[in-house]
Amino acid sequence: MDNIAGQNASNKFAANITVFILVVLWLLPTIGLFVSSFRDRDQISNSGWWQAPMAVDLNFRTRIATDGAREENGVFILEGNVFADPALRANFPDSAGTVSAFGTRAVAPGEFPAGEVTELRGDGTLVVNADGSYRIETAEPLDRGPTLYFEARTPPKFTLDNYRTVLFADGMDRAFINTLTVTIPATIIPILIAAFAAYALAWMDFPGRGLLIAAVVGLLVVPLQLALVPLLKLHTEIGIGQSFLGIWLAHTGFGLPLAVYLLRNYMVGLPRDIIESAKVDGATDFQIFVRIILPLSFPALASFAIFQFLWTWNDLLVAKVFLPSGAESQVMTVKIADDLLGSRGGDWGILATAAFVSIAVPLIVFFTMQRYLVRGLLAGSVK
Amino acid sequence: MSPVVQGMLTIIIGVGGCVGYFYFSNMILDKVIFPAKGPQAGRNINRANQVRPWLFLFPAMFALGLYLAYPVVGSFWRSLFDRSGANFIGLGNYFDLFNEGAFRTAVFNNLLWVLFVPAAATFFGLLIAQLTDRLSWGNIAKSLIFMPMAISFVGASLIWRFVYSANPDIGIINAIRDSMGMVALDPLQVRFWNNFFLMFILVWIQTGFAMVILSAALRGIPEETIEAAIIDGANPFQVFFKIKVPQIMGTIIVVWTTITILTLKVFDIVYTMTGGNFGTHILPSYMMTYMFRDDGRATAVAFVIMILVLPVMISNIRQARKEMR
Repeated sequence: MDNIAGQNASNKFAANITVFILVVLWLLPTIGLFVSSFRDRDQISNSGWWQAPMAVDLNFRTRIATDGAREENGVFILEGNVFADPALRANFPDSAGTVSAFGTRAVAPGEFPAGEVTELRGDGTLVVNADGSYRIETAEPLDRGPTLYFEARTPPKFTLDNYRTVLFADGMDRAFINTLTVTIPATIIPILIAAFAAYALAWMDFPGRGLLIAAVVGLLVVPLQLALVPLLKLHTEIGIGQSFLGIWLAHTGFGLPLAVYLLRNYMVGLPRDIIESAKVDGATDFQIFVRIILPLSFPALASFAIFQFLWTWNDLLVAKVFLPSGAESQVMTVKIADDLLGSRGGDWGILATAAFVSIAVPLIVFFTMQRYLVRGLLAGSVK
Repeated sequence: MSPVVQGMLTIIIGVGGCVGYFYFSNMILDKVIFPAKGPQAGRNINRANQVRPWLFLFPAMFALGLYLAYPVVGSFWRSLFDRSGANFIGLGNYFDLFNEGAFRTAVFNNLLWVLFVPAAATFFGLLIAQLTDRLSWGNIAKSLIFMPMAISFVGASLIWRFVYSANPDIGIINAIRDSMGMVALDPLQVRFWNNFFLMFILVWIQTGFAMVILSAALRGIPEETIEAAIIDGANPFQVFFKIKVPQIMGTIIVVWTTITILTLKVFDIVYTMTGGNFGTHILPSYMMTYMFRDDGRATAVAFVIMILVLPVMISNIRQARKEMR
């Protein structure tokens, strides 16, 4: 089909370019999050993540000691280098750097370009050169060293500090475990229940079967919002309240229509001969289901498992309503949305890292099991 | 007891309970109630086979009934009572809601979402499905565009904060404005259009879904129809719009309605991005402002969502019944 009319080279080129642009657009936001999660806090607030591999102008301050002053012709001179300050060792390990601007007031740390001679408060002059060396001239000896502010180029810095904070100090580890605790039972239990029901709806004959299938299709689209108030009330009345047990039951109920629908659609397509010959050989329905249907339906079971896993892992609404809001039972989505966005709203490194930790597992599942996911989507939608 | 242990126990009890239920209920049916031996063996086997479907169906039907069917009725009933739940006020909650400006904004915004998100996601999905069809790296491209499907709405909202932030050192949009010498602005505070910025996050997530399904549908189109059109002199655009699109119209509609339904349920994006401020509430997020405070109002909002879903539900059921015949 490559050499037929209407498929010429320029079309192909246009398609390549368009797809490339779309892919970049689609990926860009996620890359931003990923890069930001590895950046140093000061760097994030001073340059965009797209400038991450480049040096950044950051502001620093240093207090100048007065003990090195000397007198020359009635003028007191104080000389030194701003990068020599031991407090700045973390940023300038070899005590060298490039000053681009300096100042004497915290509100205007980059008031003067490097090398410009400026008036010092009181009387006297000050100059800071690009290599960091400074010279202060005053008529009277200084009793207190002035504080110098300067802007210096700092090399790009990538760190795992954000991950350390998020994983070990911020309660995210707890949230991670809570998410797993919610997700795994809520994925496994509906599969079993749904598989039996799907087999009955696909291969057993009984009155009202068509009606039940229609009901399942109808329930597929019932908005979750309707269930929140009545079920929370019910859970409270029967003593489950807001708890893990409650959220497992809720996720099981909410996941079932899709599970039954997907599995039934798949099971109906299994070859009739196998099932009938097994029946002729005297197998019971239970045996047929366990020995034949379940193994053959593995792709459909896997695809539903992925759906349900992604859905429960990523869910915010059900967790907010059916789990207590305390830190000991928060899942990651709730932790990020309610906790971190409030208390760490401006700390972009922490936010990015927390988000990345929460999407890492679904992304791994997604990329390793994409085949089953696609198959499940197709079984559910294209008939 | 730590939740992890509790979780393990639940898996064991849940899975064991399910397996045990199915196994033993079958055994009791076959061995005790209707044993397949003795003078009535034949009749017993038939009877057992009449009961068995219901054994298989019971747990699923029970859970579906309790967790999805009952709430439709239960929510509607609750919405007829006031905040305390003691006084019957008829449709009072609904009247109050419709008199509230915020509710009308939420309904209006929700209509915008329902119109824009499915349309845009289906459009991009179809475009990408068609363009990647014959590319050598098409599968990689599709996989990357499909990726946001795995990301939670909360995660996606944070990701998009790095696009929309008002700080030109964080948000790309403001960085571009900054480099062109324009003042920074918060896109999420631009009235009316901020809704579209939020919608685009959902479009970003759902395009992959549309693309995967439409791409499979495009591959299912018989080659002869396309070849015939090309021989007749159709250009690529005509082939696409006049030959391919009409043949996959059914699938396009399925994709469109599926995304529509999803759009009506998503509250996370608005909740994490703006919290409903700056005129961005939609019904699901608006409902959450009443959740835990006024159950009567909350259920009334939920029921309004249900009414919006109803036409799709009916058409889906009709479609399913048609296919079964």
